[in-house]
Amino acid sequence: MSQVEAMVSLERLTRRFGDVTAVDGLSFDVASAELFGLVGPDGSGKTTTLRMLAGVLLPTEGDALMNGTSMARNPESAKPDLAYMSQRFGLYSDLTVRENLHFYADLYEVPRAERDQRMERLFRFSNLGPFTERLAGKLSGGMKQKLGLSCALIHQPKILLLDEPTFGVDPISRRDLWLIVHEMVAEGVTVIVSTAYMDEAERFDRVALLNEGRLLALATPAEMQEELKGKVYAVVVDRLREARDRLQPLHQVERAAVFGDRLHVTLTDPSHAPVIETTLQDGGFSVRGTDRIEPSMEDVFIHHVSQAGVL
Amino acid sequence: MLSRRRLWAMARKEVIQLRRDTRSLALAFVLPVLLVVLFGYAITWDVDDIATAVVDQDQSSRSRDLIDAFRSSGYFTVTRSLERPGDIEPLLDRSAIRLALVIPPDFSAAILAGRPAELQAIVDGSDANTASIILGYTQAVALSYSSALRLEGRVRALPATAESRVWYNEELSSRNMIVPGLVAVIMMIIAAMLTSLTIAREWERGTMEQLAATPVHRFEVVIGKLLPYLAIGLIDVVVVTIIGVLLFGVPFRGNALLLMILATAFLIGALGLGMFISAVAKSQVLATQLAMIATFLPAFLLSGFMFAIAVMPAPLQAVTYLVPARYFLVVTRGIFLKGVGVEVLRVQGLLMIAFAIVGLALATRVFQKRIL
Repeated sequence: MSQVEAMVSLERLTRRFGDVTAVDGLSFDVASAELFGLVGPDGSGKTTTLRMLAGVLLPTEGDALMNGTSMARNPESAKPDLAYMSQRFGLYSDLTVRENLHFYADLYEVPRAERDQRMERLFRFSNLGPFTERLAGKLSGGMKQKLGLSCALIHQPKILLLDEPTFGVDPISRRDLWLIVHEMVAEGVTVIVSTAYMDEAERFDRVALLNEGRLLALATPAEMQEELKGKVYAVVVDRLREARDRLQPLHQVERAAVFGDRLHVTLTDPSHAPVIETTLQDGGFSVRGTDRIEPSMEDVFIHHVSQAGVL
Repeated sequence: MLSRRRLWAMARKEVIQLRRDTRSLALAFVLPVLLVVLFGYAITWDVDDIATAVVDQDQSSRSRDLIDAFRSSGYFTVTRSLERPGDIEPLLDRSAIRLALVIPPDFSAAILAGRPAELQAIVDGSDANTASIILGYTQAVALSYSSALRLEGRVRALPATAESRVWYNEELSSRNMIVPGLVAVIMMIIAAMLTSLTIAREWERGTMEQLAATPVHRFEVVIGKLLPYLAIGLIDVVVVTIIGVLLFGVPFRGNALLLMILATAFLIGALGLGMFISAVAKSQVLATQLAMIATFLPAFLLSGFMFAIAVMPAPLQAVTYLVPARYFLVVTRGIFLKGVGVEVLRVQGLLMIAFAIVGLALATRVFQKRIL
């Protein structure tokens, strides 16, 4: 990706809190109008990264260029182009939906003439229209998130930063939220979303896998899954945990993990497939099926974490 | 670049929140009225209706004249006549009386002989302030009684008389001292208690993170938050002044406009200080406690409102120079009681403006659009 296209550019972005390094030398670019995912478990540095990109937390080292503006040196001048939605509900619960929107429109100096038009449009997306006079604190969790997103979008930002927007949100609101996000991307907004839900990672144009503040992998979801193609098997077997412990030490097995009522076994090479069944049958397990499956993002994540030697 | 629109948006938001926050509103408007009424009625340094017991061992018309002089002074209520001085102690112990007068058996004989006649006054000294005031009244009544005797020609030796006149607060009414002082103290309360919450609340509720991500300038946040409280503070000044003048008859001799201008400067400083505390504390409970200690208590105890600065120990006197309310108290008392203008209050006026600038600078400096 060339410099010209990069809307967001991280250069060894680092943040330490005392002895703890929350974000450790992240470097990557995000292109204009890209839907970019920061994926990783809790404590992997997603929130700290987004806070630095939003200009509410200074990097200890390194920098992030947002539309060319340094967040280490000059965060305030980047803010008119940015929108940020924190993980915790950050709007005023004692203000109504309309008052919150007006407040944010004023802070970003949205022309009055355009404001109402934009609000109408956001209401169409979010279905918040009937609730304009309701106090924000009295909205449901999903409604709150949609209001947060609406407030973030009222000034038509170039870059939208969302910190776990779907966390604790009901499926219908979650779908609404993704609809809005995809619509924004279609209009050319660069969107960076963090999530701990691996199943959401497939929506992204590209995904950065984070663990303990470090970048494990960066690719499109398809590329990531391609890497594991033919290596992941779902095994239906009795005594799941014992079976897992039997398979894990084998050098042909990269990782065996319990997934619900079955085992997901990731092999170091697709040619090792027969070893699963032979090993388990030798151990006296009754194997009811061994099927090659499409690797999920969860498999991808576990694959990368075990490769990094973290687990 | 500062934007007037963002500043107004902050102020409007704050007003809406205040309007929906009944507790803060009550604090802002009911508390000042409550304080001025409470202080005006209940807490006063004036002593009257002093329960007095009399032991009249002389039982003459002279001694009865003296007792009448005490009765008619308006300060003493003679509640008991005792036989023996020994009866006094249990009454004082029970606080049934605060003063006992013992008129010796040779009282009228001494007066007739032209000798000094002695009158013994026993005062409950457990409240030193009240005791010294009671003694002062007792001496005054005794003095006027002897002057009357001198006119009769009964006493040849002229008692030394000091004629005192009090200026500004002719009745030496403590209300006249309290109400103007209360204006200063109430403003400190409004500033400390209300603004100390505003920034800390944003931190606690997580709204600050969102606010910090917008292009709003921190000066816009500070001024925008300050304006509604400034308005409340000024309304309180007017209300307290009106109550003081109409209900308690406190004189208002100076220029109301000058009072409002200096009150505005003082309020800005106090509000800035409250906001500084709020930004440092980042938690509402801590902010309120810090505000109490840092602004309210000094204004109450060290400004000269409750206790005269001149009688404080030297180190404490030195501390009072750092208490802004001390200077504002000079302003309010000066304008209320003396009717003085800018020519006298020039120094205090400049200090008020300096206080306003320092308060704003502190608040803006410490408030960062950063988490951590």
